[in-house]
Amino acid sequence: MTETEKHNYDVIVIGAGGAGLRAAIAAREAGMRVAVICKSLFGKAHTVMAEGGIAASMGNVNSNDNWQVHFRDTMRGGKFLNNWRMAELHAKEAPQRVWELETYGALFDRTVDGKISQRNFGGHEYPRLAHVGDRTGLELIRTLQQKIVSLQQDDGQGGPASDGKLKVFAECTITELLKDDGGRISGAFGYWRESGRFVLFRAPAVILATGGIGKSFKVTSNSWEYTGDGHALALRAGSTLLNMEFVQFHPTGMVWPPSVKGILVTESVRGDGGVLRNSDGKRFMFNYVPSVFRGQYAETEEEGDRWYTDPDHNKRPPELLPRDEVARAINSEVKAGRGSPHGGVFLDIASRRSAEEILRRLPSMHHQFKELADVDITSEPMEVGPTCHYVMGGVEVDPDTAAAARVPGLFAAGEVAGGMHGSNRLGGNSLSDLLVFGRRAGVGAAEYVSALGGEYPAVTDAQIDEAAKSALAPFDAAGVDASENPYTLHQELQQSMNDLVGIIRKADEMEQALKTLDDLKARAQHVAVEGHRQFNPGWHLALDLRNMLAVSECVARAALIREESRGGHTRDDFPEMSSQWRQVNLICSLQPSGSVDVVQQPMVSMREDLIGLFETDELSKYLTNEELAQLPSKEA
Amino acid sequence: MSYTAHFRVWRGDAEGGDLGDFQVEVNEGEVVLDIIHRLQATQAGDLAVRWNCKAGKCGSCSAEINGRPRLMCMTRMSTFAEDETVTVTPMRAFPVIKDLVTDVSFNYEKARQVPAFAPPKNLQPGEYRMAQVDVERSQEFRKCIECYLCQDTCHVVRDHEENKKAFAGPRFLMRIAELDMHPLDAKDRQHAAQEEFGLGFCNITKCCTEVCPEHIKITDNALIPMKERVVDRKYDPLVWLGSKIGRRPER
Ligand SMILES: Cc1cc2nc3c(=O)[nH]c(=O)nc-3n(C[C@H](O)[C@H](O)[C@H](O)COP(=O)(O)OP(=O)(O)OC[C@H]3O[C@@H](n4cnc5c(N)ncnc54)[C@H](O)[C@@H]3O)c2cc1C
Ligand code: SF4
Ligand code: SF4
Ligand code: FES
Repeated sequence: MTETEKHNYDVIVIGAGGAGLRAAIAAREAGMRVAVICKSLFGKAHTVMAEGGIAASMGNVNSNDNWQVHFRDTMRGGKFLNNWRMAELHAKEAPQRVWELETYGALFDRTVDGKISQRNFGGHEYPRLAHVGDRTGLELIRTLQQKIVSLQQDDGQGGPASDGKLKVFAECTITELLKDDGGRISGAFGYWRESGRFVLFRAPAVILATGGIGKSFKVTSNSWEYTGDGHALALRAGSTLLNMEFVQFHPTGMVWPPSVKGILVTESVRGDGGVLRNSDGKRFMFNYVPSVFRGQYAETEEEGDRWYTDPDHNKRPPELLPRDEVARAINSEVKAGRGSPHGGVFLDIASRRSAEEILRRLPSMHHQFKELADVDITSEPMEVGPTCHYVMGGVEVDPDTAAAARVPGLFAAGEVAGGMHGSNRLGGNSLSDLLVFGRRAGVGAAEYVSALGGEYPAVTDAQIDEAAKSALAPFDAAGVDASENPYTLHQELQQSMNDLVGIIRKADEMEQALKTLDDLKARAQHVAVEGHRQFNPGWHLALDLRNMLAVSECVARAALIREESRGGHTRDDFPEMSSQWRQVNLICSLQPSGSVDVVQQPMVSMREDLIGLFETDELSKYLTNEELAQLPSKEA
Repeated sequence: MSYTAHFRVWRGDAEGGDLGDFQVEVNEGEVVLDIIHRLQATQAGDLAVRWNCKAGKCGSCSAEINGRPRLMCMTRMSTFAEDETVTVTPMRAFPVIKDLVTDVSFNYEKARQVPAFAPPKNLQPGEYRMAQVDVERSQEFRKCIECYLCQDTCHVVRDHEENKKAFAGPRFLMRIAELDMHPLDAKDRQHAAQEEFGLGFCNITKCCTEVCPEHIKITDNALIPMKERVVDRKYDPLVWLGSKIGRRPER
């Protein structure tokens, strides 16, 4: 049998971003023994990069805000494809989750009366994003990290902090989930980055909080960790992924110099007054307000400008449309030859706000452009273009408990979970999602484990051997003829996903992508790595590659099937949004043969009181005639 | 606009190692981390390096470049002459694991020792009121990305392993200052700063401030004020009491 380090826990959380840490806190507070496992050092997860803020209808800046308005904005942003129950829970619970952070020690920016300040963001009707300058994610992750320490200190009972009941295993990568004969989760298997040695975590409940998939695309704001591990682990364990075709391309990534292409330029630049211009100097977004949003956005520059100071009597500028709209508009301008020198458009805040204000509100953007591009954003416009940013699709979960479909003991929260954001996520709604559903997953897992009454599913030696063998395969291929370099395969994958399943999609291109994926999958069998197991990035990439390929196949297959354009899925050959397709979720599962199967699953109709929050006029843009006919008539 | 640069990169592990010589392509706008990645992809597939965000936000890619502690992702190649040799070595104050990756667990241990934020007992979530001017001081310190470059630089521990037990280093002394200046924190921090975390070791040379990629004024804004408070208090405990009461939020 493979020599393997073993640990026993009640709940293991894979991922130490906002979702994972909040889940771990909830599970520990429910009395569980909890392990948190992450690929990077503790405190470095992707959440640290979030800039703009966290959405919660606290109503601190505009007291008209409440959960109903937030719910409406979220559904609109997602073009009504959201899991409405998730959107409801999210809108209702977000304020409590943000306030809770203050009790952990978070220091948000303040309003004049000392409350948490809130800023404007695309798609949000009122100023709603709690923030700390433009480093909100750092504040979130550090606060949760420090709360974990605080719980460990409590467990130390006055003595030194104790990690006996809540421990972080950093730089440890999970490669396989394990199940018992009854199909229930029994543990997770992985390796230490540092030594390459294997480790087994036995636990009846696993919470996936592994984040997104952006590293399958060439131009992305995401870090190396975003290889879709959690998505792939869920698939291989027999669970399902929902609506994987919806990938968010953030409209504003850096485009120059090439080595920083894709790095995010926060939406707060626009929320705080920045505007988009083409090479003619024109604010082109006024030409791109789609019919579903007509009447909700300013039609003249003057009105848009007045909105920043008098939002109650003016409509917001179209630069603040949801991200999918802005990204497509930029794409069209560049295609029409009105782009900036390096293939983007101009984002101008310099001519709109004083240097002092820019420095105060957007310090890390100023720093980023100064250091990486030699551009001073207080005096020059930035050049920006779309970048792969977020995946709306993810593990199919129960909204209330975050339990994953089909696999007892498996839970998922955060970016790896699907449904909450529908076809397009609003800025700021991810950080709040992490807290709301991270907590729910922790509670859900704790309840599941308690119900087992101490009877924990078994792990067999054969399972451990199998997992170890599969992880070591890339070393066996070394030295063999026709072996493949993982870096090369990765680059080819990124290039084809970017070109063929990117922001604008066509049937023939996606068919071609699927062929390429097949080919890459075959070649990935022969990936070989040099050196030994100790901290070997080539080996790590070889293992991640399998996940990226599986997840990319889900994206491409689902995208080919959905014959409409909606949110983060734009079909050149089906440019319209279809109310028939709105009733359909696409569900991916893995066949025993290793190929991805996609089926259509009808969407559950929205609860009546929630439907009642919308005007019939608006609903008629999204619902089918049959659905509209069934609406309860509204009282005058 | 491409050229070939001469890189020397430390390769080895806890047992020992050596600088390896590489000739490697450099393109316009690139940073040192790009070059390290190019080496990985083309010449040294198993070259170990930590990184995450590539945008100076996560503090993972710390190393010493031509002897100076820096973030690799924020060091532009244009700051070197084309014929200049660029030498990249791991942070010196921490034990090497492999190549550019060091064992930074010292920092996590210190982090666990600093008593957590003590929330005020009389306020419920949602009831916290703090003025922007009052939170700003601590907010500056919370910009810290935990790159540990300041820890690497501080002479108290850089070549003095023996001091590590008694000295938390600038990053964590600053964390204590941050909590001490938090308008609603309900704990006394000053005694511990001096007695348990080694504030007294610091002789305010400001080397930590110089390397901080977040440009936090660690020495001037955190360490010196903390020292002053400790001194005041040694003579007069009422000074401390007064300072805490005086900073209660007005409602
Ligand atoms: C540049 C940028 C700016 C953003 N700004 C905002 C914003 O202002 N507001 C907002 O709401 N959202 C924002 N987002 C989105 C948001 O930050 C992310 O969606 C969110 O942080 C994801 O959090 P998470 O907890 O799901 O996962 P992450 O924080 O990504 O954490 C994933 C964790 O899983 C671990 N992991 C992954 N695979 C494995 C494995 N196989 N084994 C072990 N561990 C594993 C990783 O190590 C990591 O710890 C931004 C995103 C980016 C890229
Ligand atoms: S100022 Fe103090 S903490 Fe900073 S480097 Fe000098 S001695 Fe170390
Ligand atoms: S204070 Fe500055 S140098 Fe020190 S760890 Fe934090 S960011 Fe790095
Ligand atoms: S990679 Fe994140 S700071 Fe350099």
